[in-house]
Amino acid sequence: MEIATTKKEKYYLSKGIDGFFISASKTFRFVFNYFIELFRPPYEFGEIVKQCYKVGCDSLPLISLTGFIIGIVFTKQSRPSLSDFGATSWLPSLIGIAVFRALAPLVTALICAGKVGSSIGAELGAMKVTEQIEAMDVSASKPYKYLVFTRVTACVFMMPLLMLYTSFVALLGSYINVQTNEHTSLATFIANAFDKINFLDLKASVIKAVVFGFTIGMVACYKGFTTTRGTEGVGKAANAAVVTAMYLIFIEELMIVQIVGWFR
Amino acid sequence: MEINDTTGKEIVIDIKELYKSFGDNHVLRGVNLEVDRGENVVVLGRSGTGKSVLIKIICGLLTQDEGSVIVLGEDVKNLRARELEALRLKVGFSFQMSALYDSMTVKENIAFPLMRNFKHLTKAEVKKRVDEVLDAVSLIKSRDQYPAELSGGQKKRIGIARTLVLRPEIMLYDEPTAGLDPISSIEINSLINSIKKEFGVSSIIITHDLVCAKVTGDRLVMMFDGVVQKQGTFEQVFDSNDERIKSFYEYNFT
Ligand SMILES: Nc1ncnc2c1ncn2[C@@H]1O[C@H](COP(=O)(O)OP(=O)(O)OP(=O)(O)O)[C@@H](O)[C@H]1O
Ligand SMILES: [Mg+2]
Repeated sequence: MEIATTKKEKYYLSKGIDGFFISASKTFRFVFNYFIELFRPPYEFGEIVKQCYKVGCDSLPLISLTGFIIGIVFTKQSRPSLSDFGATSWLPSLIGIAVFRALAPLVTALICAGKVGSSIGAELGAMKVTEQIEAMDVSASKPYKYLVFTRVTACVFMMPLLMLYTSFVALLGSYINVQTNEHTSLATFIANAFDKINFLDLKASVIKAVVFGFTIGMVACYKGFTTTRGTEGVGKAANAAVVTAMYLIFIEELMIVQIVGWFR
Repeated sequence: MEINDTTGKEIVIDIKELYKSFGDNHVLRGVNLEVDRGENVVVLGRSGTGKSVLIKIICGLLTQDEGSVIVLGEDVKNLRARELEALRLKVGFSFQMSALYDSMTVKENIAFPLMRNFKHLTKAEVKKRVDEVLDAVSLIKSRDQYPAELSGGQKKRIGIARTLVLRPEIMLYDEPTAGLDPISSIEINSLINSIKKEFGVSSIIITHDLVCAKVTGDRLVMMFDGVVQKQGTFEQVFDSNDERIKSFYEYNFT
């Protein structure tokens, strides 16, 4: 995989337009390569497991805290409008829907984009500017397989698990709040919370998490691999990894919600 | 197999009319260079003349705009990914900044290319080959250290060991002695010579260090303005009235 080769200055249309298509095709090839590697064993299993562990460790504390607080706050803030109708008993199922369908995948993805994306972007960026990636390349050690494939796979694999974990923690926060106020039993809470959740919701959320995970990993690796200009570039790569991933996550969220809507 | 008419030896690297630009920066402007089997060629030249670019093109990290580069009988530019990988196993590249993988220990660094390219090797065999090259660069005791714990000279030697472990036919050294104290430099120079002798490796050595050039080079190549200005033995090259060549010599020796 080579990304930063400069071709001779001969333009088909104009410098800008050619440049756009050249970089678009480079990006496309970088992403597409993942699916080629998918069918090219052996995989670096040891490294994939290590990366999964890192993704988990990186994001777990922040996800736990955020999920828990979102559960509490969301419950607290929804109560007044429901109690106007005397419908506070609907709280658990409202929270269930909000958390499973929307909050958990999005919140998990955004936090991971920040924590995991920046750390991958910075790590690979630093490897790039110190020529470590080139060193793998010239020793025929397949840097894409070892660095990109493992990290993206780890993100894809871990994101659904983290998403489920976030849901769990958010519901826990919500339960504590509901329990103190409405004295609902755990069994009732669970029954109500899962009442309106169907298999389609679960599927949609897992698909979202997978897509978000792929996006986070791929964007971060791409930004890392295309880092230029020394140490300053490393910071930029980490930053761009987060920002670009977040933009894409919102766009994907919108698209997936739209598509899932057709199936409801 | 190409044969050099004057020396009668096999040519392992044959570069003809090589051009490379980055935007408006015309770096290489028609470089011609041949390297025979078992020969150490030293490339000298000012900072920024494109010496690093030249050897990066040789191993396919960069692609030339024009001209041809034939390495071990293969046209580097037109190789497919698999073929390029096979060629790269035979061409070792020692980076200017060592480029050790800093998340791995020394022995993991060296075992890394080995385990990825020779899957049939057992753990014991890998260990044996790692120890072998660590012995060759006399750094056995640093096996379990991380790159951050090594000195510049040690890093260079580990970098060289990491390429040696693949038993290359050609070595490309990018400024092997830059930024090192005289004693480490002497060690590296004798390492380069012993690699040539023991493994029969052909090398291109890029350097600003004329001691290194004199000790390791069978032939010197002087590059200025993106072309080869002069080549020959150390004495031939520096027996010159060209101001730039003279200033090179004077800075190093007077
Ligand atoms: N990937 C790249 N993209 C753009 N320009 C580059 C790239 N690599 C090298 N250059 C340019 O090519 C020129 C030659 O660089 P090169 O690294 O080959 O110099 P050098 O002769 O090795 O110098 P030094 O002795 O300082 O290492 C420089 O002007 C540099 O800016
Ligand atoms: Mg250089």
